[in-house]
Amino acid sequence: MANINVKIGGLDLQNPVMTASGTFGYGLEYANLMDIRRLGGIIVKGTTLTPREGNDYPRMAETASGMLNCVGLQNKGADYFCKHIYPELDAFFHFEKRDIEPQPAIIVNVSGSSPEDYAACASRIDTLPGIPAIELNISCPNVHDGGMAFGTNAKAAASVVSSVRAAYHKTLIVKLSPNVTDITEIARAAEAEGADAVSLINTLMGTSIDIERRRFRLSIGTGGLSGPSVKPVALRMVYQTARAVNIPVIGLGGICCTEDAIEFLMAGAQAIQIGTANFVDPKVSEKIADGINDWLDAHHIADISDIVGSVE
Amino acid sequence: MPITIPHINIMQNPPIQADLHVVAVETLPKGHVLLRLTSPEGSLPDIRPGQFVEVRVEGSPRTFLRRPISVNFVDRDHNELWLLVHIVGDGTRTLGRLKEGSKLDCIFPLGQGFWMPMDKALPQEKRILLVGGGVGTAPLLYYGHELRKAGAEVAFLLGGRTKDDILQRNLFEHYGEVHLTTEDGSAGVRGFVTHHPALKDKWTRIATCGPKPMMWAVAHEALKRGIECELSLENLMACGLGACLCCVEKTRRGNLCVCKEGPVFNAKELIID
Repeated sequence: MANINVKIGGLDLQNPVMTASGTFGYGLEYANLMDIRRLGGIIVKGTTLTPREGNDYPRMAETASGMLNCVGLQNKGADYFCKHIYPELDAFFHFEKRDIEPQPAIIVNVSGSSPEDYAACASRIDTLPGIPAIELNISCPNVHDGGMAFGTNAKAAASVVSSVRAAYHKTLIVKLSPNVTDITEIARAAEAEGADAVSLINTLMGTSIDIERRRFRLSIGTGGLSGPSVKPVALRMVYQTARAVNIPVIGLGGICCTEDAIEFLMAGAQAIQIGTANFVDPKVSEKIADGINDWLDAHHIADISDIVGSVE
Repeated sequence: MPITIPHINIMQNPPIQADLHVVAVETLPKGHVLLRLTSPEGSLPDIRPGQFVEVRVEGSPRTFLRRPISVNFVDRDHNELWLLVHIVGDGTRTLGRLKEGSKLDCIFPLGQGFWMPMDKALPQEKRILLVGGGVGTAPLLYYGHELRKAGAEVAFLLGGRTKDDILQRNLFEHYGEVHLTTEDGSAGVRGFVTHHPALKDKWTRIATCGPKPMMWAVAHEALKRGIECELSLENLMACGLGACLCCVEKTRRGNLCVCKEGPVFNAKELIID
């Protein structure tokens, strides 16, 4: 048994495998189909200060080896999360037993439309003892007011991270957009303002056209591309970012199997997230956590940190 | 122990993931196939009419996601689950090429099914019309069977472009009277299901599945006459579990997932224009 425990800021993860926001609901949706207690972390659905209805249907279009989505942050708001969803998560995981029994870190993905908005949402989540971290979404391509607007400009990114940092006292992960010229510039801005880690990539902006109807397949015209088709782009960006910052990098983008996950680790990610692949195989994240351990054993590597950033 | 959590997980009969075995692949007219599946590891779980299966498609060149397919029939005597597939693209084409004995990775049963009487149907809820169009007739076969078992009187109103587009007509006849409409007049009444006089009969309840304009027209008629009506929607979806929020339908309770809060909705809940 290799050591696959990883530390990200104040987080102590039992393994490096987390599920990506927006692809795994609140985790409990999958509880009948896999053992969600065995995950390293669960990053729950994007949460905003006030409820959002999201975009109109259609919100998805399948593409070659992937999919586009334009969900648009549909959620019931931070107060609903605190009042109704958090207690259900607590009833399932028993957060008070975190030190004595293995459980995933439950991380809330936070979004907003202004730095104040992000900070107010983050400070609500800060009050929940069972939530050890947030992931700041400055990279959603599907909302007009905010989201990616903060993640495609270093100054704007710095202003959001700085106001959230002042309001939030636990581990702060900033999720980066790939829809930029130089992702390392945004990563450095997040680091300079006190982010504990960065996660990347969010979806790549794309579109698809129904030629018979001469219409876009998505209600708002464009959406975010995810799935195995984005993996090479994500891997390149993780490699570049891991060399540009001193905080941990969490890699995601098209990971479908153990070998994909190992590639991200070798590119410099200390942990990884599984997104779209959850839709195809609900057990995939559990399989990858086991697979990483088996791969390390087979290669006589005692500790996962020995392969992080090891690509030559 | 199945996990049910009120705000997040509202499934009455939680899903499982299982490799089902293909017992037979029957070719039906107009690019349809009937997949008859069985569970080699014992009895199939409780499956309600209107629920669906997320099927993983192996070896399809361009598709990636699972295909949501409604339950056409559950044959308890032979431990079989039937899926009626309309071949429309790469994913369904690959499903149509499955061979007897192959395995199919299925997540099921998913979603909320059609209304069922608590035990035996009461007299005031006994006359039920099931209206289907195209491949949308598929879930109505199992629903008709279950309603009949519960003591209800069932009739079917099935529509298609031509006579050949109306599938499994002989099977529907086991459970109730079958009324037909075709656009070319090759069987039954010429026109759409909404042109058939049977729709105007005295029903205590109507359920419908098929193209959205057809369902909307049927629901309109039912609402106008104060008849309880349910619709089974088939919005494009990814996860099938209520996690990704891609398949939402606008309802009077806000955007709801067709995969989890549906696919069956009461007409009064939907915004029908």
